[in-house]
Amino acid sequence: MSLLNIRDLSLSIAGVEILHNVSVDMQPGEIVAITGESGSGKSLTALAAMALLPRGAVAKGQIFLDKVDILATSELELCAIRGRKIGMVFQEPMTALNPVKTIGSQVAETILIHERISKTEANKRAADMLRRVGLEVSPLRYPHELSGGQRQRVVIAMAIVLRPKLLIADEPTTALDVTTQARILELLKDLVVSFDMGLLIITHDLAVVAEIADKIVVMQNGQIVETAKTEVLLYNMKHPYTRALFNASTHRVVMPDVITSGTLLSVDSVVRTYSLPRNGILGSRPNFNALDNVSFNISHGERVGLVGESGCGKSTLTRAILGVEDVQSGWIKLDGEPVFSGKRPNIDVRRKMQVVFQDPYSSFNPRHRVDRLIAEPLHVLENAPVGKLKDLAILKALDDVGLMASDAKKFIHEFSGGQRQRIAIARALIIEPELIIFDEAVSALDVSVRAQVLDLIAELCHKRPLAYLFISHDLSVVRTVTDRVMIMRAGKIVEHGETEKVFTNPQNAYTKTLIAAAPRLPEITYAIEPV
Amino acid sequence: MSRGLAIGTFLTLVFVGLACLSFLWIPYDIETLEISNKLKTPNAQNWLGTDHFGRDIFSMIMMGARTSIAVALLAVGIGIIIGVPLGLFSAARQGSFLDELTMRGNDLIFAFPSLVIAILITAVFGASAVNAIIAIGIFNIPVFARLTRAAALPLWERDFVMSARVCGKSDARISIEHILPNITNLMIVQGTIQFSLGILAEASLSYIGLGAQPPTASWGRMLADAQTLVSIAPHTALVPGLTILLTVLGLNLMGDGLRDLFDPRIRVGRA
Repeated sequence: MSLLNIRDLSLSIAGVEILHNVSVDMQPGEIVAITGESGSGKSLTALAAMALLPRGAVAKGQIFLDKVDILATSELELCAIRGRKIGMVFQEPMTALNPVKTIGSQVAETILIHERISKTEANKRAADMLRRVGLEVSPLRYPHELSGGQRQRVVIAMAIVLRPKLLIADEPTTALDVTTQARILELLKDLVVSFDMGLLIITHDLAVVAEIADKIVVMQNGQIVETAKTEVLLYNMKHPYTRALFNASTHRVVMPDVITSGTLLSVDSVVRTYSLPRNGILGSRPNFNALDNVSFNISHGERVGLVGESGCGKSTLTRAILGVEDVQSGWIKLDGEPVFSGKRPNIDVRRKMQVVFQDPYSSFNPRHRVDRLIAEPLHVLENAPVGKLKDLAILKALDDVGLMASDAKKFIHEFSGGQRQRIAIARALIIEPELIIFDEAVSALDVSVRAQVLDLIAELCHKRPLAYLFISHDLSVVRTVTDRVMIMRAGKIVEHGETEKVFTNPQNAYTKTLIAAAPRLPEITYAIEPV
Repeated sequence: MSRGLAIGTFLTLVFVGLACLSFLWIPYDIETLEISNKLKTPNAQNWLGTDHFGRDIFSMIMMGARTSIAVALLAVGIGIIIGVPLGLFSAARQGSFLDELTMRGNDLIFAFPSLVIAILITAVFGASAVNAIIAIGIFNIPVFARLTRAAALPLWERDFVMSARVCGKSDARISIEHILPNITNLMIVQGTIQFSLGILAEASLSYIGLGAQPPTASWGRMLADAQTLVSIAPHTALVPGLTILLTVLGLNLMGDGLRDLFDPRIRVGRA
């Protein structure tokens, strides 16, 4: 007998059909993963299973949970089902918890809603459950006192405290660091076995899918394109989209050989400390070392990666290199010139360095057109092109990143995330800088788009020598586009060396954990050879 | 467009229209007193009746609209022209001594009850429309300065501003090119609301005789003149009172409606 059975579910919002005939069947104790790119309808399918549909959505078809048709059930009865029979874990552990309530009371609340037991007893059960999910802190702590991984454990505890038969997890590890992700996935697997739950996991990360799921459902544009047992699907993909998806996530690019000449960027024993709030009114102000004696060089034409987990000081380092923030001691020089020059920007430095940011949605002024956006850096040039020449420069930059001349007059909201990242690269390239900083530049993109952007970076490197610092938490991406890599932890560079050497033979203990924790796709074979 | 916005815009346009029309034509000259025709109730000749000097109330409302709108508009102008640059500057230099100075200066102005100080200013420098404009305008400065700063601060954290800094643009240039266009919506909404408050403030000052001086028509003074006549000729008080009410209501509805229209979060929620 199946635990969850979605039959021919079609869903339309405001007359537009978004899900088309989706059917998913899962057994008790089974882990089913729904995967696909953004906009494929995977989250909506999960929400439908809880009958939590957006306002104005009309669903057709049937969803049976334990023989009850969810879509034909009244809201009042659904409230009794949610939390008791189905638990849900959301992506963002930072916002999924109420900041003004202790974690213990938040878990106890779920129990009190569904069961008539005393508060003391509920608190006791909540504390037990928090221990069960591997949280070793007091239930009287508040969410802000916990790390991201710990918060996600609290969210999981809330979802499973009533021993639901089905746990739905929507991108449960996407916001977490790789080492934390590995532990949370382990916990989820363990819980499924010991509680005999079904786990429906929604994720875009195919490596996670391959590692955890018994069955994989691949969605595209609101349709299921392929459903199969994991071991069957990985070695025998039938649908071309599934293959394209797996190909893209293991995408490797071919980089030209590196030709280096002379030092371009030199970072010399840089220290950056922030002072934290006082311990009490008369207490001392503790310092936090965001950058602790960091030194490295980047040569002309060299492609360097920087890897580290959140809070390791990557962003502080980026800001320091970009010269938008000063450091307490040490020097950062670009071609011999200090990058930080007080309130007056040093034009000589500005001319040689550009940046591409992570979030394609906040990187652009929404009120300017594309031509103005990508022409912005031009003003640092001594004799900046004007009129016709400026238009030509804009066209060339657009052409370099594979966009059309007609795109110049559009506003940024008319572009997709991948196109925006191309525009960001066009903006960085227009003054032909010596150094580009890619700050998590592909982390927010879907795998297929990410593959295209990586291809673009490789293509640009073939055209002309380009030095860049590629900052990312994603090891596989860094591995393919860099020659040298630095591993950062707690403000220190703990290991650096040639990328391949570091990845195949890491020396530092932390590097080893990091590489081991990153989920990997197994070697994949194809039913039909990919074209 | 929401119903509130439609009603608000309509009411606002009516009064702005009346003020504009008064430059070309008014039913009767308001500087000619015709005592024999005093305190007439609304009729075919005098649509809204006449006051205690026999002046046509409708004509006075039209001329008063001119005064109210001019005073409020200029006062809002003072607030925007001084307040917005101050706010932009404070946001660009967040945490600096000058930022603190500007913002604490704002707090100081906020700490005083605005109308009391406006009375003080007009009492010291003399009662006139110009002094009323300055007095009301001063209190608009911190409103716009604080709003601009608050709206600009999160924009300074955005990547496109960072990217402009990496391009070597100065803070002033970033403020004008990147920050200002992204806060214009907010300024329009706040401007509308401050405009309505300005009309109220002008009416209040005129009511106590510290606004525009006779013979310039003013809604506030019409109300003051009618005060003793309420029992015998209620329309003399009702007409200017309702006019002020409807104008302020219209502007507030328009401000709220514009805010909803500009705020994408609310717009999505309604769709």
